Amino acid sequence: MSESHTGEHVHHELGFWRKYVFSTDHKIIGIQYLITAMSMAVVGGTLSMLMRYQLAWPSMISPTLGKLMPDAFAGGVMKPEFYVSLVTMHGTIMVFFLFTAVLTGGFGNFLIPLQIGARDMAFPFLNALSYWVFLLSCIVIFSALFVTTGAPLGGWTSYAPLSAIPAAGPGQGTGVTLWITAIALFTASGLMGGLNYITTILTMRTRGMSMMRLPLTQWSLLITAILALLAFPVLLAAGILLMFDRMGGTSFFVPAGIIMNQMPIEHSGGHPLLWQHLFWFFGHPEVYIVVLPAMGMASDILSTFCRKPIFSYRMMVYSMIAIAVLSFVVWGHHMFVSGMNPFLGSVFTLTTLLIAVPSAIKTFNWLGTVWGARIRFTAAGLFAIGFVSMFVSGGLSGIFLGTSAADIQLQDTYFVVAHFHLVMAIAPLFAAFGGLYFWFPKMFGRFMNETLGRIHFWLTFIGVYCVFFPMHIIGIGGQMRRIYDPTQYMFLVPQQPVNVFISIAAFILGAGQLIFLFNFLFSIFAGKRVLERNPWHATTLEWTAPTPPGHGNFGEELPVVYRWPFDYSVPGEKEDFIPQTVPATVVAKQ
Amino acid sequence: MESSLAAEQQRILASDWGGGKSPFGTSWSKFMMWIFIISDALTFAGFLITYGFMRSISPEWPKQTEVFNMVLITFMTFMLISSSATMAMAVGAARARNPKLAVRFLALTIVGGFIFLGCQAFEWTHLIEEGARLTTNPWGVPQFAASFFVITGFHGFHVFSGVTILVVVAIRALMGKYSGDQVENAGLYWHFVDVVWVFVFAFFYLL
Repeated sequence: MSESHTGEHVHHELGFWRKYVFSTDHKIIGIQYLITAMSMAVVGGTLSMLMRYQLAWPSMISPTLGKLMPDAFAGGVMKPEFYVSLVTMHGTIMVFFLFTAVLTGGFGNFLIPLQIGARDMAFPFLNALSYWVFLLSCIVIFSALFVTTGAPLGGWTSYAPLSAIPAAGPGQGTGVTLWITAIALFTASGLMGGLNYITTILTMRTRGMSMMRLPLTQWSLLITAILALLAFPVLLAAGILLMFDRMGGTSFFVPAGIIMNQMPIEHSGGHPLLWQHLFWFFGHPEVYIVVLPAMGMASDILSTFCRKPIFSYRMMVYSMIAIAVLSFVVWGHHMFVSGMNPFLGSVFTLTTLLIAVPSAIKTFNWLGTVWGARIRFTAAGLFAIGFVSMFVSGGLSGIFLGTSAADIQLQDTYFVVAHFHLVMAIAPLFAAFGGLYFWFPKMFGRFMNETLGRIHFWLTFIGVYCVFFPMHIIGIGGQMRRIYDPTQYMFLVPQQPVNVFISIAAFILGAGQLIFLFNFLFSIFAGKRVLERNPWHATTLEWTAPTPPGHGNFGEELPVVYRWPFDYSVPGEKEDFIPQTVPATVVAKQ
Repeated sequence: MESSLAAEQQRILASDWGGGKSPFGTSWSKFMMWIFIISDALTFAGFLITYGFMRSISPEWPKQTEVFNMVLITFMTFMLISSSATMAMAVGAARARNPKLAVRFLALTIVGGFIFLGCQAFEWTHLIEEGARLTTNPWGVPQFAASFFVITGFHGFHVFSGVTILVVVAIRALMGKYSGDQVENAGLYWHFVDVVWVFVFAFFYLL
C-alpha cells in the first residue's frame, strides 16, 4: 500500500495547487470529474436545445441566430449538416463525457475508498493521470465543435463507411479524426480508472467489510469497472482500424464500389458490418456501464430515505452480475435490420429478453423497499424514486425493441429515441442528481438547498415525461431518428404540433436545470453548513468520516465493520439506523 | 443471538474475503497487472476477430508458405518463447533475492526481445521490398497486407514497450532500487506478449 496515506497524523498541509488542482486525493479527483462532466453536460444540453428548436420550427427564419452563428444558420435557417453534427456531438458528449464520466469517474472516485474504508485508491497517481487524460479527451471532443469544415456527423455510433471516408461529408474529415482521438483518450483514461476501481474494491476493503457487506453502490461500481475493462478495449481496436481506413487507405470497413459525392471511392474488400459488430460489442455493455452505477446509487439512497433495508440484498447483487454477463451477448439487437439472418435475430431476441428478468427482479426489489415505508421525501430521495420510474418506463419499451419482429418496424424511429433516453440517459441522470443531493454535504461540508432541490425534481420529473413520452407516439407514427425536418414528409405533418409541444417542454426542462446549477454553485460557497458527520442518518462508512473528510479519510484508525449496510429500523432498537461500525454486542445490550 | 453474531464476525474477520487484506494474497500492483492484461487481451481479440472476419469474407487468401519465410518466423517465435523462459528464471532469481542473477536473466530476456524485433523489422522490410503496402500487395487480397501490418505492428509495439519496461527494471535492479514484485509484474506482461504472439503466429502463419 502507498506509504503516504497512513492517516491524518502524517498529513502535511499542501499548497492550493497541489491540494485542489494537481491532487492525487481520490475525493478531489472525484469532484474534478464531477465538475468537468457537468460542464460537458451544459454543452451537450445546449446542443439538444438547438435540435429541439429546429425540429419544432424547421423553416422559421431567425435573423438573430443567423447573426450569432453565420456558418450554421446561413440566412437564419439551420443547415442540415449542422443539425446532424448536433445529433452526433450531443450523443457522444452525453454518453461518454457526461454519464460514463460522472457516474464512474465522479461518484466512483469519491465513494470507493470512503465506502469500503480505505485511505485512497490503490494507485493514486494513476488515478490522477486518469482524470487529466479525461480532461484532455474532453478538450479534444469540444474542439471538434469548432472545426471550420464542421463537426462530425456520423452519429455517436460513427457507422462506417460514412466515418471511414473523410470525403463523405463536411464534418467527416478533421471532425471524425478528433472524435476518434477523443474516444481513444477516453478509453485510456477509463482503463486507468477501472484498474484502480477493481483493485481497490477487491483488495483494500477495511477489516470486516466482506463482499456481502458492501453497499450496493460499491457492487455496482465493481461490476461496471469489469464491464468497462472488457468492452472499451474492443472499441479501441475498432477505432484504431477506423483510423487506418481513414489515414492509411486500408479497407477494413469499406466495401468496393462505393460512390460518394459523385466520386468513386478507391476502397475494396472491407465490410461496414464489421464496424457495427465491434462497436455494439462495446456499445451494449456501455449502456450498463452507465445504468449499473445508477442502480447501485439509487438502491442505497432509496433504502436510506425509506428507513428500511433494501429488499433482498443478495438478489440485487446477483441480478447485477446477471445483467453484466448477459450484456455481452445481446449486441446483435442493435443490428436487426442490417441483413441479419432471422434465426440469429431470434437468438439475440432471446438473450435480450432474458435481461428483462434480472431487471424486473431489481425493479420489484425497489418496490419492495418502498412498500410500506415512511419515506422521507428529500430531494435525494425523490430523485432515487424518480430513477425507478424512469427505468421502468424506458425498460418496458426495450422489450418491444429487443423483439426483432417489432424492432423491424420501430428501428430508427423516435420510439427508439424515447426508449434509450428514458432508460440510459434520464434514469442515470436521476440517480446522478440523487447522488449529488445526497453526497453533496460529505463533499463540500454544506447542504444544497432542499426547497430548490424539490422544485428542481418536480420540474425535471414532469419535464422529461412531457419530452420523451410523446416521442413514442410520433415514433410509431413514423418520424425517423436524426431527421432534420419532419415537415418535408406529408405523412409526418399532422404530428408536427406534438414536436412543438415536445420542444416547449424541452426548453422548460432545460431552464429547470439552471435552478440545479445555481443551487449547486451557490451551495458550495454559501449553503447551510453541515454540523454533523451523518446528516441523513445513514449507515455506510463515508458517514462515519469527518465532514468533509480530510486527507486519508478516516482518523488514525481505519474503521472496523460489524454489519451489512442496511440496518435501518431494526426492531427493538432506539435509533432507526445502525452504522456499519457499531459492534453487534454493544447494540444488543441497549 | 448475541453470540451467533459475534461468531459471524469472527468468521468474517478470519476469512480471506473479510477485508483488511488482499483476498488474493498478492500485492495490489500484481493484481492490477493481471486485470490490465485481461483488458489488453480484449484489444487483441478485437483485432484478431477483425482478421478472421476479413479472411472469411474474402473470396481467396494468399498461401502463407509462398509469402512468408517460415524458417525466419519459426526462429523468431522460438526466440520469443525462449525469452519467456529466461524471464521466468529472472523472476525466480528475484524471488530468491539474488539481484545479480536476476539482472543477468533480465539481460538475456531483453536480448531475446531485441532479436525478435530485429527479425520482425527484417521481415517487414522484405515484404515491403516485394511491394507489400497497407493498401496493396503483390498477392492480390488487399486485406491480407493491411491486417498483417496493423496486427503484427500492434504486437511489435507491445514487444517494444515490454523491452523498454524490462530495461527500466534491469537498470533499477542494478541501482539497487530493486523489488521482486516489479520483476514479477514486468514478467507477467512479458509472458502475456508472448502468449499473444502464439495466437498471431497461429492465425497468420499456420492456419
